[in-house]
Amino acid sequence: MKPKALVLQAHGSNRDFDVMDALTLAGADATGVPLNELRNHKSLLADFQLLVVPGGFSYADALGAGKLLALDLASYFADEVSAFVDATKPVIGICNGFQVLVKAGILPGKQNQTQVKNEATLTFNAEGHFECRWVNLKSTSQNCIWTKDLNEIITCPIAHGEGNFQSIENISSEHIALTYVNANGSSANGVYPINPNGSTMDIAGITNAKGNVLGLMPHPENHIYLWQHPRHTRGETSGSGLKLFENGVNYARQM
Amino acid sequence: MSIYKFLVQTKNKDPRSNGYLRDAHLLGFQLLKRISVQDLYFIEGQLSQEELQQLALKLLTDPVTQSALWIELPAPLSTPQPDSVILEVSLRPGVTDPVAEQIVRASHELKINGVHRAATGLRFQVEGLKVEQVEQLAKALLANNVIQHWTIGEITPSFPEEVESSGEVEIIPIRKLSNDKLLALSKERRAALDLAEMKAVQDYFIEAKRDPTDVEFETIAQTWSEHCVHKTFKAKIDIRYSNDESRISNIDSLIKTYLKSATDKINAPWVISAFVDNAGIIDFDDEFEISFKAETHNHPSAVEPFGGANTGVGGVIRDVLGVSAKPIANTDILCFGPQDLDPKSLPEGVLHPRRIQSGVVAGVQDYGNKIGIPTVNGAILYDEGYTANPLVFCGCVGIAPKGKHKKNPQVGDRVVVLGGRTGRDGLRGATFSSMTMDAQTGEVSGASVQIGDPITEKGLIDVIVRARDLELYNDITDCGAGGLSSAVGEMASSIGCDVDLTRVKLKYPGLAPWEIWLSEAQERMVFAVAPEKISDLQKLCDTFNTELTDIGEFTGKNRLIVRYGEKSVVNMDNEFLHEGIPQRQLKAVIREQRIENIISAPIPNHLISSHLLSLLSSPNIASKASTIRIYDHEVQGGTVVKPLTGIEADAPSDAAVIKPIGTKGTKGIVLSNGINPEFGKRDAYQMAWSVMDEAIRNAVAVGADPERIAVLDNFCWGDPLRPETLGALVEACRGCHDASLFYGTPFISGKDSLNNEYLGADGLRHAIPPTLLISAIGIIQDVNQSITMDLKEAGNLIYLVGNFQTEQKNIPNVPKSALQVYKALHQAIKNNLIRSAHDLSEGGLGVAIAEMCIGGRLGAEVKFESLNIFNEVNGCLLVEVTPKNESAFEKQFANLPFQKIGEVTTKPILKLNETEIRVEELVQAFNTSH
Repeated sequence: MKPKALVLQAHGSNRDFDVMDALTLAGADATGVPLNELRNHKSLLADFQLLVVPGGFSYADALGAGKLLALDLASYFADEVSAFVDATKPVIGICNGFQVLVKAGILPGKQNQTQVKNEATLTFNAEGHFECRWVNLKSTSQNCIWTKDLNEIITCPIAHGEGNFQSIENISSEHIALTYVNANGSSANGVYPINPNGSTMDIAGITNAKGNVLGLMPHPENHIYLWQHPRHTRGETSGSGLKLFENGVNYARQM
Repeated sequence: MSIYKFLVQTKNKDPRSNGYLRDAHLLGFQLLKRISVQDLYFIEGQLSQEELQQLALKLLTDPVTQSALWIELPAPLSTPQPDSVILEVSLRPGVTDPVAEQIVRASHELKINGVHRAATGLRFQVEGLKVEQVEQLAKALLANNVIQHWTIGEITPSFPEEVESSGEVEIIPIRKLSNDKLLALSKERRAALDLAEMKAVQDYFIEAKRDPTDVEFETIAQTWSEHCVHKTFKAKIDIRYSNDESRISNIDSLIKTYLKSATDKINAPWVISAFVDNAGIIDFDDEFEISFKAETHNHPSAVEPFGGANTGVGGVIRDVLGVSAKPIANTDILCFGPQDLDPKSLPEGVLHPRRIQSGVVAGVQDYGNKIGIPTVNGAILYDEGYTANPLVFCGCVGIAPKGKHKKNPQVGDRVVVLGGRTGRDGLRGATFSSMTMDAQTGEVSGASVQIGDPITEKGLIDVIVRARDLELYNDITDCGAGGLSSAVGEMASSIGCDVDLTRVKLKYPGLAPWEIWLSEAQERMVFAVAPEKISDLQKLCDTFNTELTDIGEFTGKNRLIVRYGEKSVVNMDNEFLHEGIPQRQLKAVIREQRIENIISAPIPNHLISSHLLSLLSSPNIASKASTIRIYDHEVQGGTVVKPLTGIEADAPSDAAVIKPIGTKGTKGIVLSNGINPEFGKRDAYQMAWSVMDEAIRNAVAVGADPERIAVLDNFCWGDPLRPETLGALVEACRGCHDASLFYGTPFISGKDSLNNEYLGADGLRHAIPPTLLISAIGIIQDVNQSITMDLKEAGNLIYLVGNFQTEQKNIPNVPKSALQVYKALHQAIKNNLIRSAHDLSEGGLGVAIAEMCIGGRLGAEVKFESLNIFNEVNGCLLVEVTPKNESAFEKQFANLPFQKIGEVTTKPILKLNETEIRVEELVQAFNTSH
């Protein structure tokens, strides 16, 4: 049976269909579920094996990217989502989805249900503006079910204005799942535009302690076909993002 | 109730403040030492200290990077530090403030129910300037009077005023007015109607034996505006010729004579809908059709660049929604005054071109990125003629399953409005865009601009696509200029309707009936829905946070009836409203071509290098990466050829290729454009040919089939009541017609924006160069065969294809071979004989080969006999071919003009005849920022 993936369609999600395409290609049965529909049927979430918070501009980024959707998660689905996460089912938040998971406190750490205590955030890009460009990502975590055994560099676009990962205290390396690197895999060392947003330690993706939740700013779902590669007319074919989704889907299948 | 003021500041370095500092320095405020910007939130309500703290921590700040403090008004926040000036800015009442709306909603979600209303603002702390200079800075950069108010020191927030709805309807005594008084009335109400039109209105009401209400008068003014009915393009025109006084000709409607007629003559079987709907529609594959529309939002962008461009993008997206299509790509072509213009030379009331550009670009970015439509093709042009009148062309492509778009309201259907609420915003936008601007325009017509709300429009997309598939509506149209009066009026034009304005949901009370009916509040669409399907549509709307309002019914009585509760405010015959406008009679003079000696002296060999580098770094040619990169061109995952290409993704693509998500097979869509104001100044007829050729050439360069291209026209012109201006427009239309037939490329939609003139305080007219944008949409059979312009491999051969005309005319002709060359090139692409292709445009062959070197970071050795190496020509491209394909390629071009001019080299040096230039120098010059 194909693992079922719930793609949460919030007010302002816009890469929902992109990620559904990638999940389908990776072998999942992906369904877009509008937030209001999930509000009316909260138990629905338990029927799914994967939870995906896609990219977009939920609530137009009002009061900070991801913030108001994070508030929705806490207000409406706190129990359902934490049960899902605690069951170590695969969860991924991409771009706005990453912002949501961080601002909801699901990443990097445990969710504290009595008080929102953000240890980390995704703030405005150091360059001061939105940016769309292709980047290279290196997997740095074997603990994260999404990024383990990703031996090849992933090449995919970013498209965000608030992707600068910062934390109050240094984030421990076990949480770092993906970093921005040069095409040859060497460290970006904070240099723009290899590190496109000024994230501390070139962080592109963060995982939780159990490794089942991944949040990342770049869009691997926008590099799943050869013709999406920016240099496909030069014969370059490497760096597909599909493997990352296959990891998540395969993990769900084996659960 | 109390009002609390929250101040949110960034703890560490703040890129936003640095941006303001840089912009202020560029505008000449050199004494400015430091500027820091902070967010202000005003919250009205009954709140405990604990709740205030919760609001600050959970809602208004990011605790990692920001901190907040708050006070209860009217106490001042703090005393400013010595040597610094505080400036506070907030929105005018009635201007959409989506953040404020979210604060109220989210507070209630946090169970802080005492929050009643909210408003937002900005606080600037400025160091190094005196108060008077800060005031100047506020006007030049930090605030815009059109939508904001500002003050030195602490500002009083403005919440939308709650006054009781007036319901007031004014009767306009028109029946006895003299001609002069009729014209005065038109002017006073900013109706932009001429005497013949005013007399037609007068006659109608004399016959009706009553005077019109203000709602009726405003409805007529909107319905008959240039923006809505294109009266210049439908006028009868008497044409005289300056070089032959005895010659007279006339035409009846430019649209019919030149544009539609070309499409009819070509009669392409793959054109599904041309010139009738909100957007043109062509065939894509067995399953889908694609639609395309481009609009301008020039006047609003001149007075409020961000809001003007923002709502321009939103408006054209609704055009595509209006044909039941899902929007999949945006295009944006922008024309501005020179960025380095001396601020002192600006006409009064005109914003600096630098500020206009940054506002417009930010507006395009905000809407396109947030709604999730990739911005994939565009151009930015600079000319002094655009200083007071920037041009903002917004295009949108949509896709829909075939046969699902319905356009047929039934008697008994409900008149349904979906989307945003109605406010006082955007009143009289249609007539505003049909008038010459003056120094007061910004203030008087300020209301015609507003900030868009892309997320509300995203909700509309989600609802419409599903409602279409479920067949929940019988007709659909967008609310654009003229608001409900135009959308409902148009939809009911064949059937009639009866609507009640008290049902329209308002942002705030107090609107008079004519304001509700005419408001151009954004993000609204109108539908005809069978009564039994309302509940299904309502469910869909609930799911996607979209408001549905049923305001009346389609009657079958063929009258437009509008009520305000019990009161009848409009009762007019459809035929009068939609057919009663007298055809305009205009006069045009076609002047002799301005023959200018534009043959520049041949560039001596020792200057070729510096000339090429200065061309590459000139504003019109230099890289637009800093703009392109802030647009999301990847969302929806279909961008095959991206706006920037090559090994370092910093070379300019000729066109975009899109493979729409959800389509099967390998087919793709090609988008390109042609525009040339420089040619427009010289010869409008030849200019039209040139821009058609440029658009088609660009599309073919990336792999489009030249026999499957359709185009849109967008004319931006001066005042058509001046015969010479109209003469140039006639010539441009004639050029469109002739070129369209030559290429077999039909027009599928178009739009005009006239009166792009500015009457300066100096009493002089500032008109734009006659500007025609041709937007092309083509088909590529296999996106895997897309071609980009970057050189691929050393040792490959470089060919010039097309008839390179060395004789330099006023404007280059389109060579007779152009179409055959494009067809041959297309065949060569399909046979995999082409590695790269790039069109010759501004900067000619020299710039084209330089850009190809930049793209591939490879060198080239080129020998070219002509001295016109930098001249702009039509019908020509450079292509790269591998040596093994040499003979196959040359066979493809047998009997067509082509020449082998060089080869690609490993050494990163461009050798143009005897001149050598390092590719690194080309890269640097091209990436000069302006």
